[in-house]
Amino acid sequence: MDQKVKDKIESEISNNEVCLFMKGTPEVPECGFSMAVVNILKLLEVNYKGVNVLADQSIREGIKVYSEWPTIPQLYVKNEFIGGCDIIKEMFENGELKKIFKDKNITHKQ
Amino acid sequence: MAMQLKEIEILIKESFPDAIIEIQDLAGDGNHYSATVISSKFSGKTKIQQHKMVYDSLRGKMGNELHALALKTKEKDGPES
Repeated sequence: MDQKVKDKIESEISNNEVCLFMKGTPEVPECGFSMAVVNILKLLEVNYKGVNVLADQSIREGIKVYSEWPTIPQLYVKNEFIGGCDIIKEMFENGELKKIFKDKNITHKQ
Repeated sequence: MAMQLKEIEILIKESFPDAIIEIQDLAGDGNHYSATVISSKFSGKTKIQQHKMVYDSLRGKMGNELHALALKTKEKDGPES
């Protein structure tokens, strides 16, 4: 992967405790899978940075290589890749996502 | 760019011979599927690792020919997670 792209991805992930690579923006998601994760973060009242991969083709391709994960959205918490849409949905439903936010000291709805 | 349901099933089955696989074509367009894969090969693996194993079995088609595959993985004979 291009070093410049890698640096850009790493700076987003390290400068934002909760960072969501997504299609569209948190206000206007442009894909149902991204919207599902946006809605979960909204329900949990978590502050996060949404990175719109549709605005930057190099990030769109780069993030898949970076995480070795073929799809978008991708959620990162404190530099750690947590999962894509299916995993986040499952973790939200079984309470694991809340536990991650709690363990990592991320402000969220109790 | 689309994939047949059977094609997905065959690829997953190759990598997980013991698996119980359930696939649905969600929109009837050959592009949006959901799959549940239950295999003993998932035991001791994290969810991310389990999903990666399934994506790997699809040999790079995920995110390309295959636009959307809502995935659920479960361990066979293991605790439900």
